Amino acid sequence: MKVLSSSDRSRRSVSAVMTSLTALCTFAAVGILFVILAYIAMRGVAALNLRFLIDTPRPVGEGGGIGNAIVGSGLLLLLSCVVGIPIGIACGVYLSEFGGGWLVSGVRFLIDTLTGIPSIVTGVFVYAVIVLRMNHFSAFAGGIALALIMIPIVARTTEEMIKLVPQSLREGALALGAPQWRMTLGVVLPAAASGIATGAMLAIARVSGETAPLLFTAFGSRFYPRNLNEPIASLTVQIYNYAISPYDEWHAQAWAATLVLMALILSINVIVRFLTRQKFS
Amino acid sequence: MTPSASFAAPKFEVNAQASPGPTATKIEVDQLNFYYGKTQALKDISIKVPERQVMAFIGPSGCGKTTFLRTLNRMNDVIAATRVEGTVTIDGEDIYAPGADVVDLRRKVGMVFQKSNPFPKSIFDNVAYGLRINRVTSSRSELDARVEEALKDAALWTEVKDRLKSSALGLSGGQQQRLCIARALAIRPEVILMDEPASALDPIATSKIEELIVDLKKQYTIVIVTHNMQQAARVSDLTAFFLLGKLIEVNSTEKMFTAPNERLTEDYITGRFG
Repeated sequence: MKVLSSSDRSRRSVSAVMTSLTALCTFAAVGILFVILAYIAMRGVAALNLRFLIDTPRPVGEGGGIGNAIVGSGLLLLLSCVVGIPIGIACGVYLSEFGGGWLVSGVRFLIDTLTGIPSIVTGVFVYAVIVLRMNHFSAFAGGIALALIMIPIVARTTEEMIKLVPQSLREGALALGAPQWRMTLGVVLPAAASGIATGAMLAIARVSGETAPLLFTAFGSRFYPRNLNEPIASLTVQIYNYAISPYDEWHAQAWAATLVLMALILSINVIVRFLTRQKFS
Repeated sequence: MTPSASFAAPKFEVNAQASPGPTATKIEVDQLNFYYGKTQALKDISIKVPERQVMAFIGPSGCGKTTFLRTLNRMNDVIAATRVEGTVTIDGEDIYAPGADVVDLRRKVGMVFQKSNPFPKSIFDNVAYGLRINRVTSSRSELDARVEEALKDAALWTEVKDRLKSSALGLSGGQQQRLCIARALAIRPEVILMDEPASALDPIATSKIEELIVDLKKQYTIVIVTHNMQQAARVSDLTAFFLLGKLIEVNSTEKMFTAPNERLTEDYITGRFG
């Protein structure tokens, strides 16, 4: 074996230092995540029990739970998906398949801008446009606010995923006499389906943690929802309300609700992982 | 459709003068120019493709043979900033006329691509795709029968009949290409365009495709682009030689490979360039 020159040796030591630096940063980032998770679990598990998961909020000292908030969050997510995912996918399809020229670059720029809008601005906007018109807070308004946040995310991932569908598949369909819309629906979208589903799940995970846009729209409620045209509870707003209260019992409940929310988001992310893994298998 | 109608009477008035044999002209191209943006890819191409024959396009890479093939079913329409001048008539109809229906054209003129491109669906659904979108069949049993027939015509039936419901992506490369041929045959086109259909296949799969082409000629007019001159010699009746966007020579394959009229053709065939 050849003798190492001094430049070889210094190159190797620089490489070793850089490798350990990046490893250190990675451990720091991942470590912080674990610390957060562990802390929430530690603080949250105390107030967590079955009753807490199904009961509605009660006055201080009487226990109570977050059942209505879990159902409310679920309904809000469902509403936002029903509105946001079809519009987002349609928008992504348009961007990648149909439009051309300045219009598409304009729309793409607007969508990117929309992604960057702080969620509280979306909340205030929906408050002004829907809540004030209807004269009351409602689950509908909350769902629409969340949908507005989802649309740009879903649109952009859909566009990117559709771009990955090989041109040869499109030509294959066109060569069989398929009109463009049939080609898009029958061949391109199914080929991109798992990627689009991943984008949709990420958008759901993103909005399930939103609080600000719900404060002025869904508002919150102490009861199980009876219809979607009235204020509705959600985990995030419940956490916010309990966390800013002066009572230790509510603080403990806020931690427990946080744990539930984290578990929810984590499971969505695990599902996303599962979907993306299937795509490459 | 009744392809036999064109056999009945010589209704192709103008075409008749230069027709070499007894067969009718299926495709007639007159002074075709094609541009990608400002670059001219095809220069003044005029050619006649007779019915129920195999015509091979040969020539070095980038000579325009694939581009030309794709003008015959307007596949180049998909590419932005392309432009066509001149006329292409199939059965006497100008396919670039303002009112011409691209969808109808592509039903009549099927295409098989260089890289096999099965849809990520089942084998059955791949073959049934064209039948379904064109609403060709009226019942499930009819659909089944047409799919079976197409797979048999493409010499694939015995290999896949027990797994029609499994994914087309699980087939081998040669099988995938024959599946794409079956898919094109299912809607019973009159012309089949093949863009180097065997270039990505091993010799055994290639010979299967070649046998298939010879067999299909009984029913279809076939235009095939190939890099492989032996292949052109084996499967085609007529050969056209392209160079730098120009059509240099069209001749019977036999004559083309033994005594071509043009010096350039001879140079290419004998391997002096390309």
